[in-house]
Amino acid sequence: MNLSKILKNGFIILVASFVLTACATKKTTGQLQSDVYTGNDTVEYLASGVPDRVFFATNETVLTTASRETLRKQAGWLRKNSKINIVLEGHADERGTREYNLALGERRANSAKDYLMTYGISSDRISVLSYGKERPVDSGSNPLAWSKNRRSVSVKAN
Amino acid sequence: MFLRYFLLLFVLLPIKAFALIEVDITRGNLSPLPIAVSPLSIDEESKNSFKKVLNKENIGSEISIVVENNLRQSGLFNPLNKDAFLQKADIANLKPRFEDWSLIKAQALITGKVTFVDEKLRVEFRLWDVLAGKEIMALAFTTVPSNWRRVGHIITDKVYERLTGEKGYFDTRIIYVSEEGPKTNRIKKLAIMDQDGFNNKFLTLGNELVLTPRFSPTNQMVTYLSYFRNLPRVYLLDIETGMQEVVGDFPGMTFAPRFSPEGKKIIMSFAKDGNSDIYTMDLENRIVERITNHPSIDTSPSYSPDGKYITFNSDRSGYQQIYVMESNGKNVKRISFSNGLYGTPVWSPRGDLIAFTKLHKGKFYIGVMRTDGTGERLLTENFYQEAPSWSPNGRVLIFYRETKTNSKGEGFSAKLWSIDLTGYNEKLVETITDASDPSWSSLLSN
Repeated sequence: MNLSKILKNGFIILVASFVLTACATKKTTGQLQSDVYTGNDTVEYLASGVPDRVFFATNETVLTTASRETLRKQAGWLRKNSKINIVLEGHADERGTREYNLALGERRANSAKDYLMTYGISSDRISVLSYGKERPVDSGSNPLAWSKNRRSVSVKAN
Repeated sequence: MFLRYFLLLFVLLPIKAFALIEVDITRGNLSPLPIAVSPLSIDEESKNSFKKVLNKENIGSEISIVVENNLRQSGLFNPLNKDAFLQKADIANLKPRFEDWSLIKAQALITGKVTFVDEKLRVEFRLWDVLAGKEIMALAFTTVPSNWRRVGHIITDKVYERLTGEKGYFDTRIIYVSEEGPKTNRIKKLAIMDQDGFNNKFLTLGNELVLTPRFSPTNQMVTYLSYFRNLPRVYLLDIETGMQEVVGDFPGMTFAPRFSPEGKKIIMSFAKDGNSDIYTMDLENRIVERITNHPSIDTSPSYSPDGKYITFNSDRSGYQQIYVMESNGKNVKRISFSNGLYGTPVWSPRGDLIAFTKLHKGKFYIGVMRTDGTGERLLTENFYQEAPSWSPNGRVLIFYRETKTNSKGEGFSAKLWSIDLTGYNEKLVETITDASDPSWSSLLSN
């Protein structure tokens, strides 16, 4: 297990360095930080200053510092708009088997849900829907495109 | 109902003689057996009758083409060019001039005759050992004319079985997901076709996302995942009647369904609060059983053919690996230990192997290993491919493959491919649209 962990981390570093060099030569508005998308190309807003989505590292469901900040904004907005319910749509990139990705998308959406709940949003107002790898936002086959697709998106349900 | 049309399958002559020719099935397509498939002979009257019913000029040669294509696609046979045949079809079926057939290097010869009898299609065919100069098989059967392609598949199954010693896989169908539209918003429909790509039919309209259809061993039923009303759930579909129903009453997503070996249960994953575990539901008494209970993702379950074990995919070690447990969930053992991630384990119908998808260093592989995890063999490597499904005789795997898009995100396609267990004979399986998630039926007739 240790060996595979080392290999996997090595793989992430390789991917990250590849993308950084790619960014240096190719102008792009998107960015990657340790495999997590930090740009705002694909981001939409639930309200002014309230981004609708958070991004994940490959095979991960852990929320980054930036993701937690986004979700705190969403929680604040949901508290102010107590009649609005949301669906958390969890997604994975195309580099995984379909069935595992369905489970992974569900797990990502739930980590966003859990965080919103710790900020006082009732679970009754949040439903979860996994799309696995079925609905990418970026059709590219490259690490930057994949990072945009590893996401949980909060969508107004009513 | 589908099967009822094949009432009469009988042996003309009992055969006890040992075949002198043999097809070596352990070596893939290294030396495919030269075989001559003579057009099935047909008298003028029958020819005209079939022309009226089927709108085919010569049904005898059409059937022989089905047989020929099947044999070629298997990689084990080399059907010879018909232009080189010296003997006429009707005479060859009575008594082949073996010198003529050995002159064109044929080692085996298939001949036959088609007749129109009482609105039915009657076919007899014979398999000849050219070098030994004798008949080694003769069969006849009667069916409705519209079943003529199946006649070709059944003939191929009989020839294949006689010459390789293993059951064939030609009178079978593939259920799959037809795909159209941009990668970011694919329209997906359930579709079914004969194993050779003919008789394609769409089973859903594409209004909702559908994934991972799998055949029941009884062939009438299919289980799959549908996003009907945005609630991803496992469904059961009767392909004869079109009747559909949701499987169980789960308060969340159910996915990754498969049938148990006798078709009595559905095994699947149920996801709740970020955790996916494996459950079964008995289709007769509707009793739901939880099989795994672990905070990791447990999915892609597949039964061993005797129903005693289940192989599945779990990331309980930290990463996706393949496990085997008893069918009650006890004695969970990890079996994949090489470098890389492993998914989609599927137990071979013969019971001796588990096929899987592997991701290693940015490449995807389809491979097989023994059920204890030893003897791993990778059959094919590509940018993206997954979801192997076994032919009913455990000889061939069908899977899907997706292309890498260019820098503008263009050029995406998804196609079905098949490969022999030996790793030889990789072939594109042609479909009308893009395709994914194939599942192979068992033999329609035995």
